[in-house]
Amino acid sequence: MALEKITQVTGRGVYVPGEDIDTDRIIPARFMKCITFDGLGEFAFYDERKAADGSLKPHPLNEERYVGAKFLLSGSNFGCGSSREHAPQALYRYGFRAVIAESFAEIFFGNSITLGMPCAVMAHDDIQALAGLIESDPAILITLDLLEGKVTAADMDFPATLPPHAKEALVQGKWDAIADLLESVDEIKNVASGLAYFKAA
Amino acid sequence: MSKTLLDKVWEAHTVRKLPNGATQLLIGTHLIHEVTSPQAFGMLRDLGLKVLYPQRTFATVDHIVPTDEREEPFSDPLADEMIKALRANCDEFGIKFFDLPTGAQGIVHIVGPEQGITQPGTTIACGDSHTSTHGAFGAIAFGIGTSQVRDVLATQTMALHKPKVRRINVDGKLAPGVYAKDVILHIIRKLGVNGGIGYAYEYGGSTFDNFTQEERMTVCNMSIEGGARVGYVNPDDTTFDYLKGRPFAPKAEEWDAAVARWRSFASDPDATYDDVVNFRAEDIGPTITWGINPGQAIFIDENVPTPAELPEKDRATAEEALVHMNLAPGKPIKGTKVDVAFLGSCTNGRLSDLTEVARFVKGRKVKDGVKAIVVPGSQGVSQIAEKMGLAEIFRDAGFEWRGAGCSMCLGMNPDKLVGHQLCASSSNRNFKGRQGSPTGRTVLMSPIMVAAAALTGEITDAREVFDIK
Repeated sequence: MALEKITQVTGRGVYVPGEDIDTDRIIPARFMKCITFDGLGEFAFYDERKAADGSLKPHPLNEERYVGAKFLLSGSNFGCGSSREHAPQALYRYGFRAVIAESFAEIFFGNSITLGMPCAVMAHDDIQALAGLIESDPAILITLDLLEGKVTAADMDFPATLPPHAKEALVQGKWDAIADLLESVDEIKNVASGLAYFKAA
Repeated sequence: MSKTLLDKVWEAHTVRKLPNGATQLLIGTHLIHEVTSPQAFGMLRDLGLKVLYPQRTFATVDHIVPTDEREEPFSDPLADEMIKALRANCDEFGIKFFDLPTGAQGIVHIVGPEQGITQPGTTIACGDSHTSTHGAFGAIAFGIGTSQVRDVLATQTMALHKPKVRRINVDGKLAPGVYAKDVILHIIRKLGVNGGIGYAYEYGGSTFDNFTQEERMTVCNMSIEGGARVGYVNPDDTTFDYLKGRPFAPKAEEWDAAVARWRSFASDPDATYDDVVNFRAEDIGPTITWGINPGQAIFIDENVPTPAELPEKDRATAEEALVHMNLAPGKPIKGTKVDVAFLGSCTNGRLSDLTEVARFVKGRKVKDGVKAIVVPGSQGVSQIAEKMGLAEIFRDAGFEWRGAGCSMCLGMNPDKLVGHQLCASSSNRNFKGRQGSPTGRTVLMSPIMVAAAALTGEITDAREVFDIK
């Protein structure tokens, strides 16, 4: 099961401001009544984008000029709350291929890496500067270079980091752990047989 | 070298180091429910994989079950499809399912402990962030995404990074009318909703030593709301007494050995921590949220904050919260009108929560115009509560007595807020839209405070309503 080696992401961006943007906002729970992830993209940030009567609210994702963005920029503690993989799945299926924020909630971060969607941390002022570039020219191309640990846009670049393990997983094409996990079934059985509660079952 | 419980459990369950530096960790107990598992079973089928240890996965149905109709098919066809999918998956892969007709169904984090499946010194995973609840038994318990549910089904392991450990001490005696829920809301208020990122929280100190097992569960449950994926309490006699005699607990002939083993997992007295934070129980009052995340909390007798007086970083969220909540800065939150009162959830839907509240609402009446519902966390809780006469007390007081499930904690079943309704809720999240209406408003609080709100129709101090001194 060879996975793509993700070393770079290039595309346009959109800035969704806010701290502590939680997974209920990214994908409201009522859209999780499903048995596949297909079609979740259209529900990303649904209640932020649409009023109860279906009319559009002011939201960056409703603006024509940001359609097709591959980068989502936001504030700190992005993706806090529920463990629902539906959240990164919805963002990925919406079309995002990377998220840039000041910090990430842990479960959201892990779920995103498993999908091959890098979550890079940038400093507050750098995110503001990058958001400013996007605002003045939404067509501007942004590049996240995982190996170099930086984001480039126009003639500016900014430090952008991932924890070493996540970076390695992406650049080595090992972001979905299942293949590695399946390699050690004998060792798994060995550890399991040493645990009293496991044996008793 | 002295070790924490986390160190010991981690070592005992490590399979190997993976090439990217992560640990392949054995997950001894896997809990699943209908929302985050169907896609995982789909992935298994796509990859042609089997469940490696079906006897170590346990299923229940909680998020989507209606609490006022138990007949199938459910009137919501999507919910009906989800329960049927879980049934089919459990049948196909040989997984034990605490299904509706078993009498043992309930919220996954209430069923695991109640069945004695949750045990000290074990690793537990579930596709739900409130899995941290099980840490109350001295287990290391992770909320996981669906791809990881697949990983655990296929290999009984996950790729994980060992968290740091922050010891949180709470010492002293809580004042009357102050509960475990207030303790965790206070901790999150002080350490922040992102303060726990990268940490496991080890809770201890004399307040925790004196807590019942169910009070410990309430605290561990909300660890994730403080950013900590894992929270735990070292196991002691309180833990062992709670487990004794439960269906999946070790039987009599194995009991003493199990207790000795469990005890050995507790953190060593001289264990060192990456961080230590101390609280005094006497400093904690009845705590409620005023905003749109669980860290935006105040004592009941404090005023709603004024954004300009908050640290700069918190101001924008505070402004947004005040607009959403329709609350005035600098004014008391007491007296705010309540439309709905919800008593239940994996945070506060246990027998002890219902027993404590029933003591105070007996003989009193829910205020006209307030919709008040009590949702036992499991069918097990419900059965005992009915036998004890608690259901009757609640019904007589004007509460609706419902079937077990997640109910109004999140908008995945018919129990939802409507429009701008404000809900006094014993649940764990006050995110915008969390309770099913995008404009609905949630105020988190202890069960006793929910009861006071139900009876008076406003946010109020339970100590005054019930004359608690």
